[in-house]
Amino acid sequence: MSLVQPDPVFVGGSVGKSIAKPDNLEKVQGRAEYIADLYRPGMLHGAILASPHAHARIRGYDLTEALNAPGVVAIVTGDDVGDGRMGAFIKDEHAIARGKVLYVGEPVAAVAARTEQEARHACRLIKVDYEELPAVLSPEEGLADGAPVLHERLADYIKVFDAGSAGNLCSRTELSEGDVESAWADCDVIVEGEYTTQAQAHVSMEPCGALADVDANGRVTLWSANQSVFRVQANVCESLSLPMSKLRCLTPRVGAGFGNKMEAHIQPITVALALKAKRPVKLIMTREEDFEMVRARHPFRVRMKTGAKADGTLVARECEVLVDCGAFADDSPGVMGYSLLMCGGPYRIPNLKASGRLVYTNKLRFGAFRGFGNPQVLFAGEQQIDEIGDRLGLDPFAIRRKNMLREGDQWFVGPRIGSNGLALCLDAVEKAAKGPRADGSPRNFGLAVTAHISGLLGTGAIVRMLEDGTISLNTGATDIGQGSDTVLAQICAEELKMPFDQVAVASPDTDGSPYNWGTTASRVTYTTGRAVRAAAKQVVDQAMSHAAEMLECPIDDLELREGGRIGRRGANTDVTFAQISGRAHWAVGGPLVGSQTLVYDEPTHDPKRAIALGLPFPRIGVFSFAALGVDVDVDDTSGQVTVQEVWSAADVGRAINPRLVEVQLHGGFVQGLGYALYEEMVWDGARLANPSLMDYKVPTSRDVPDAIHTFIIEDPDPSGPFGAKGAGEIGLNAAAGAIANAVAKATGARHSHLPLTGERVLAGMLDSGTSSERSA
Amino acid sequence: MSKKILHSLNLNGEEVEVATPAGATLLETMREDLRILSAKRGCNQGVCGACTVLIDGKPVRACLTLTARCEGHAVQTMEGMGGDRVMATLQRHMVESGGVQCGFCTSGILISARELLEEDPAPSRAAVKTALSGNICRCTGYRTIVDAVCSAAEELAQ
Ligand code: FES
Ligand code: FES
Repeated sequence: MSLVQPDPVFVGGSVGKSIAKPDNLEKVQGRAEYIADLYRPGMLHGAILASPHAHARIRGYDLTEALNAPGVVAIVTGDDVGDGRMGAFIKDEHAIARGKVLYVGEPVAAVAARTEQEARHACRLIKVDYEELPAVLSPEEGLADGAPVLHERLADYIKVFDAGSAGNLCSRTELSEGDVESAWADCDVIVEGEYTTQAQAHVSMEPCGALADVDANGRVTLWSANQSVFRVQANVCESLSLPMSKLRCLTPRVGAGFGNKMEAHIQPITVALALKAKRPVKLIMTREEDFEMVRARHPFRVRMKTGAKADGTLVARECEVLVDCGAFADDSPGVMGYSLLMCGGPYRIPNLKASGRLVYTNKLRFGAFRGFGNPQVLFAGEQQIDEIGDRLGLDPFAIRRKNMLREGDQWFVGPRIGSNGLALCLDAVEKAAKGPRADGSPRNFGLAVTAHISGLLGTGAIVRMLEDGTISLNTGATDIGQGSDTVLAQICAEELKMPFDQVAVASPDTDGSPYNWGTTASRVTYTTGRAVRAAAKQVVDQAMSHAAEMLECPIDDLELREGGRIGRRGANTDVTFAQISGRAHWAVGGPLVGSQTLVYDEPTHDPKRAIALGLPFPRIGVFSFAALGVDVDVDDTSGQVTVQEVWSAADVGRAINPRLVEVQLHGGFVQGLGYALYEEMVWDGARLANPSLMDYKVPTSRDVPDAIHTFIIEDPDPSGPFGAKGAGEIGLNAAAGAIANAVAKATGARHSHLPLTGERVLAGMLDSGTSSERSA
Repeated sequence: MSKKILHSLNLNGEEVEVATPAGATLLETMREDLRILSAKRGCNQGVCGACTVLIDGKPVRACLTLTARCEGHAVQTMEGMGGDRVMATLQRHMVESGGVQCGFCTSGILISARELLEEDPAPSRAAVKTALSGNICRCTGYRTIVDAVCSAAEELAQ
């Protein structure tokens, strides 16, 4: 365990070095190709007609006028897509609205035409005959007796876990450990509250898009903005009832995805258009469509109660969440289940009970978003830890140290914790944030801690030694800009003791890459990195057998040397990878290929310890930990919160590329800052009122503090590649919780609703008497 | 469908003739008719800055600029900045600083930054942040981008 510093074991290697991403160069030159930048011969442009209704039956379409409009080649509606349904947990979603529309903005029809302008024009000429139905606009409404039902055939849908679906209840999860009901009696202090959190839009700077082409045999090639070519393949094939062998998915550069590009967006519609038009079709969403049709972070209602002994020892917590699912399940059952797994935080709480209900509503689907349910429950949980500390006179660091989980402990419901650098994270933040500000004024300091998993689901890697001894690495993991190609190449180069620039990373291709579930859940470095390291090791082993024959000595006498050479220990002579690979290609044994697949398979649930009903993730992964400190100012007339300084410490096991980890912490915090203070999707009835960047504010360079201090803590995980664990989400999770704690420090008022707008904070100050407005 | 109109543009130092639909924006014309792709459509509303290009040396939003209005003006995009020393320095610092993640915002940010260094060769961090405040980046949190612009300015001042 140490703060990051060069590791003497790997001097000269790649791991632990802040190597600049090779794709940076084409990006600064404006040459990187994203989905909108791809063109095919004879290509048409697609556009979408969105539903004006929140809930309506589709009685029929009149396409006559649209089909006769200039440039139009094909139109697709629900009549063209069959009854196939897709969905990660519950297969409830057609490629395009069929029979009913379930939210304002849902794609109802799509047009392929010569130009985007012509396609959009034709969309406006399509007539749809709707029979309006009463809509469900909140989870509470959805659960009410006699509520209109969104999915009448819910009982028949395929579900991949025990969802407990009924009526508008999409899924329910119940987890418990110990005996919460009787534990309250042992508590000297109990805090309790109800919290609400808002919908947040991902706002990847690149709007979603896709391009599909059909070959002479009817086989489809599909490029799209994605986080997983394999999930794209599965979703398109399920929703269009295509065999997976008939669809090849590829990826251009991706203009970021924070969860919004993991499951399907408009890929199925684009493929349907191309199949009908028998020509390539490109469909690029507008920013407004990207807001209205893709997905967003779930609004949560969280009821939480936490109890402790007089010395600060946590005794019990109960957490109940009500989650807005939107119109389709998408990743929502996973998000809710995961939020409940995380609701105890990284603490030893012997009695813990969590339950959640996920309810269909007539809004766009909510889904995966960096943090995956963790930020919502953390906003409640980390404030309650501070409140207990306040009541007992324990400072925020002390109460967290006293209760934090340790290496070897079990997480809620059972997963065993491998490495745990949380104590070091707390030390780093406390030390750096100690004392007053540079100008001598006191800080308004807020702290929150978090943990996040990495590990989920299947992955693979193929490492091939080319004839000249250089390397091709193929994993199927989409690099969405965060740098996974770079990190995986570093792991591969390290294992082979080769220079980083001799490892080429293949672009994901469902025809040629091994399966990769996706660039999501902070998993690629950890999970795919493991596969890469194992596959590279196989290549080393194969090279060793060649070298033993070439140098006529036992394998045990050989050593792998820097720069792709194998030599006899104690002797100068060696053979190069080029010589070995040439021999393998042309004379003996065949080309060197290492191939490893794996799936994270440690069970989540320990039945001896806990009860778990409707658990969507039976195997989750290893734990990363983080502590976040913030210092805020609150304007005493407007209530506006400004974050002055940030200390973000994360235990990522081992930073394969420290700079890339740092940028994850920066970017994650700033996205969390927007979430904490102002980002909010607002509905006017059933219609999203602010689907544009003018009306939906995201942080700009002027809104972020200059002083964001990051501390990379390395407590290597024994199962991770060179000890690495995930780093993609942990920088965001704690932002709202830490900021809320700092605002409480500054104003004396607690907040239970996000975002912490000036209005809300000012109202809190008026109540607590800390606003100058009141004394004025 | 809509009638195409012929325009002559000075794009990256070359005179080009382009037939583009009436009312087309510079962003549409560059992308759809000329395959100049470094300027991106992030919002099409003048908010995100991903479509930033230079017209007569000044940064503008290509999504808000009508192609017809560009006749007689010099349009410059990232494709045409190969020989620019200030840009080359900014690019190098961006590559090294970690200021490039997904890269969708990058071209627009670099063009805004170049304009800043033209006006103010030794900007404070606050000045850099103000100059870039019209370019949204959702990935980096801006810190490494501001670092890159400041260190590029320092190098250029030497
Ligand atoms: S696309 Fe022009 S400012 Fe966003
Ligand atoms: S690097 Fe992705 S938006 Fe800036």
